[in-house]
Amino acid sequence: MMDEKQAEEIFQAKVDAEQKIEPKDWMPAEYRKNLIRQISQHGHSEIVGMLPEGNWITRAPSLRRKTVLLAKVQDEAGHGLYLYSAAETLGIGRDELNDQLLTGKAKYSSIFNYPTISWADMGAVGWLVDGAAIMNQVMLCRTSYGPYARAMVRICKEESFHQRQGYEIMTVLSKGTAEQKAMAQDALDRWWWPSLMMFGPSDANSPHSAQSMKWKIKRQGNDELRQIFIDRTVQQSEYLGLKIPDPKLKWNEDTQHYDWGEIDWTEFFDVIKGNGPCNKERLTARQKAHADGAWVREAALAYAEKQAKKKAA
Amino acid sequence: MSNEKDWPLWEIFIQSKRGLDHKHVGSLHAADARMAIENARDVYTRRNEGNSIWAVLAENVHSSKPEDQGAFFDPADDKVYRHPTFYPMPEGVKYI
Repeated sequence: MMDEKQAEEIFQAKVDAEQKIEPKDWMPAEYRKNLIRQISQHGHSEIVGMLPEGNWITRAPSLRRKTVLLAKVQDEAGHGLYLYSAAETLGIGRDELNDQLLTGKAKYSSIFNYPTISWADMGAVGWLVDGAAIMNQVMLCRTSYGPYARAMVRICKEESFHQRQGYEIMTVLSKGTAEQKAMAQDALDRWWWPSLMMFGPSDANSPHSAQSMKWKIKRQGNDELRQIFIDRTVQQSEYLGLKIPDPKLKWNEDTQHYDWGEIDWTEFFDVIKGNGPCNKERLTARQKAHADGAWVREAALAYAEKQAKKKAA
Repeated sequence: MSNEKDWPLWEIFIQSKRGLDHKHVGSLHAADARMAIENARDVYTRRNEGNSIWAVLAENVHSSKPEDQGAFFDPADDKVYRHPTFYPMPEGVKYI
């Protein structure tokens, strides 16, 4: 039998050689724990992320917008499932994952604790929130844990329409009436900074970053991804004729990147702690959906058992 | 923790086109096989990725052990003669 240290060396060598770690492989307990935390958080974010957009399905301005939004929200449900399914390969049950979300023990992306108050928010969410999420997800296609990487490949394939449909909404609004343009600008003003916060704290202050990089769970740092996102998004906002709400935003010839202002980290940590505008509403909605669905789950199981008995008889 | 009984876990395999293999795509929970197949359609084939679906109860999948991987697969390691490239062919000989 190998000792722990030897096993860990073999594990790290596999990771360093870009070999994927698979469910039945030996892995350090912390690697497993870290992954369960990250994958389940990611899955919960997809599930809770359905709520701010579900809010607009009945009020979408046209049938086309409505079908698109429905398809997008349905995708998020699927993405939640892919991720839960990946987390379960690490030995945690679906009931436990669910419990952690519903009791508030597990976190989900703080961005979904902001309200979607106008139709333009559907544009900004697709363009910025999905845009930021995609940056992270593209990186995670190369994560070291096989099932997580495979789930991410699937998600990335589906996700790019989400960002495009959001940008399309922004394009129509920003080329529309003065009122529509103001709506688009207002949405950008409200969603810009929370979107930048999605990349997480600066690497220097991120508790899991260094270890996650060594294990190749993460492949790029929070700050690096955030900077790429900013660099790409500025040009897209210029096309729309909208102004990014950051007076310090300026192209830097030397670094070939945009310089930009300062994230309000007090707000970030406050929302994580549960004091965002919608934390309570989101959790209550999930708890209610789960409780309301209990009879369906029980009935389906009872039916399946009855059918199985009939077949056996 | 709820006392609710979890639906069993199913492993899902999708054949994307006639003539190709069924490939593992992930898993889901469902009360019975029919529900597993219908839910698999909704989550794994939303963009015409599927032509046929297999659902297998996860508890019925048996697997080789990764810790025995080396010894388990090594009978194939020293048998290069099982590959066509092992046999040099005289120059100029065709269709072989």
